[in-house]
Amino acid sequence: MSSLKTPAPPGASDRRSRPAPRHSPARRRQLNRLDLRFTPYVFVLPFFVLFAIFGVYPIVYTFWIAMTDRSPMNATISFVGLDNFVELFTNDPQFWNAVVNTFGMFALSTIPQLIIALLLANALNRRIRGQMFFRLAIAMPIITSTAVVALIFSMIYAREFGLMNWLLDLVGVGPIDWRANRFASWFAIATMVDWRWVGYNALIYLAAMQSINKDVYEAAALDGASQRRQFWSITIPQLRPTIIFTLIISTIGGLQLFTEPLMFTSGSGALSGGTEGQFQTITMYLLDVMNQRFRWGYAGAVALVLFLLIASVSFINYLLARRISSDK
Amino acid sequence: MTSTTLRPPAVQPPASRPGIRHRAEKLWTASPLTWFGLVLGVILSLFPFYWMIVIASRTSDAANSWPPPFLPGGKLGENIQRVLDNGDANIVKGLLNSFLVSGTITVATVFFGSLAGFAFAKLRFRGKNALLLIILASMMIPIQLGVLPLYILMAKLEWLNTMPSVTVPFLIGGFGIFMMRQYAEQAVPNELIEAARVDGCSTWRVYWHVVVPALRPAAAVLGLLTFMEQWNQFFWPFVVLADPANPTVQISLRSLNTAYFADNSQIFAGTLIATLPLFIVFVLFGRQIIGGIMEGAVKS
Repeated sequence: MSSLKTPAPPGASDRRSRPAPRHSPARRRQLNRLDLRFTPYVFVLPFFVLFAIFGVYPIVYTFWIAMTDRSPMNATISFVGLDNFVELFTNDPQFWNAVVNTFGMFALSTIPQLIIALLLANALNRRIRGQMFFRLAIAMPIITSTAVVALIFSMIYAREFGLMNWLLDLVGVGPIDWRANRFASWFAIATMVDWRWVGYNALIYLAAMQSINKDVYEAAALDGASQRRQFWSITIPQLRPTIIFTLIISTIGGLQLFTEPLMFTSGSGALSGGTEGQFQTITMYLLDVMNQRFRWGYAGAVALVLFLLIASVSFINYLLARRISSDK
Repeated sequence: MTSTTLRPPAVQPPASRPGIRHRAEKLWTASPLTWFGLVLGVILSLFPFYWMIVIASRTSDAANSWPPPFLPGGKLGENIQRVLDNGDANIVKGLLNSFLVSGTITVATVFFGSLAGFAFAKLRFRGKNALLLIILASMMIPIQLGVLPLYILMAKLEWLNTMPSVTVPFLIGGFGIFMMRQYAEQAVPNELIEAARVDGCSTWRVYWHVVVPALRPAAAVLGLLTFMEQWNQFFWPFVVLADPANPTVQISLRSLNTAYFADNSQIFAGTLIATLPLFIVFVLFGRQIIGGIMEGAVKS
């Protein structure tokens, strides 16, 4: 900072970094022009270099690979056109099983997650003692990794000696084999996702709630609107952009679901997601095709379809969220 | 909050209408039901942490007992020692690797993010908006889309099972640039930049002497969030660090779990070790982390 305050007269009291005789005023003007013109590009360059090499190039390459039968097993690579996609769509029940699982777990986790987060944020938005404590406590799960969450919950949902089965036993319900039953496994995995992300989403909603002008609520209260009515008629519509934002984030995350179902089973066959693939997700299937069956071309097709699914579901979410709140 | 203090006094409810004031205040008080919900939320979000300690401090027999244990035992040190000695998991190596990788990415993200954020917020150049759009789009693309060619690329670079494979691609991401740009827009006064220019500062010197001091708070938050995110990475390390001899800490946990006989008290001791660094970060900087998440949300 201090160096800024010295109004460096050209040449006179300059330090070694800018010796006077080296740059004539004309040359300095030129350097200055170059600096103004090109330095911004230098500043943003690192991102674009990395993105080109590790982002764009692999994606472009995926399009190409998906139309070949490339595999480390094949000595020669041949172009197969859309064969991989045809097979994927018409003759691959395992893929469709993975799609159904992914969407099932996605819906089962995202809907409660966002609703609970909204309710929690609404509660945190009240005048309460120890606000910071509540925020910290509710945000704490975000410090754990998905791997840790999955391991803890795997034990909670253990068939024998599991905490959840013990609770069920207390209320007189028989034990559930959480990994064997399709819906039970989806439910278990959805709770892992929710435990980690509810607090995060609640904080995002809370931030948006606090930026709503309080006068609106006061006016509504004067008109006799109940708290519930205010929540539906003021808070929810005002949060529309934020809800869309969290929906899209959750969609991108939810359809990539991987670590929780992978860690839900121990052992080496974990990529297959249970004995009958009852909780195998698309990403697990992708790695299964890529690293267990070595069908790289086919894996490329799976990756592209996964991306298309994410993009279209995000778009549908966006449309839905817009509609829901503009009706109000 | 501050807007209320800035409001002209005439708008505030006059004292002669206490009923209205009372009702408006009542709006923001928490009902018993709200309290119940909040307390339940806190219990549910803290319980798994507590239970992690319970199991990590028990013998493995006690961990598998009926009813399940709910109070901590005295075997924590022993269990941690067993995890550290476990040759299959290489957790010490995993911890060191994770510190190295997350630390490097954090430093790079803060540095490159502040450079690019400053450029996008305060400098004029052709194609700025288009470039910004590309960065935004890059944040929407899941890594799965390019995972296969990326893997092949890593193989060609001979980076498989080494730390550069999980470090170099993540040195700077779109999020860091966006966050720094948002902050720089309001935190770096244009007058100060102009003054520095008049004094003959190059853009780099403006960055170093004007922008860096102003961005310090945002840099701290970005650093914390980046470190947390990188420490917890699983998918990509799982793909490229297949050799268990050189894992990150999350991959070490995976190895603990794949053992033929899964020893729960050992696994939980491992999760405790893997979470401890972030727990310390959270205890020290929890407010800043929460502030950063909330700040980012309002502006995006």
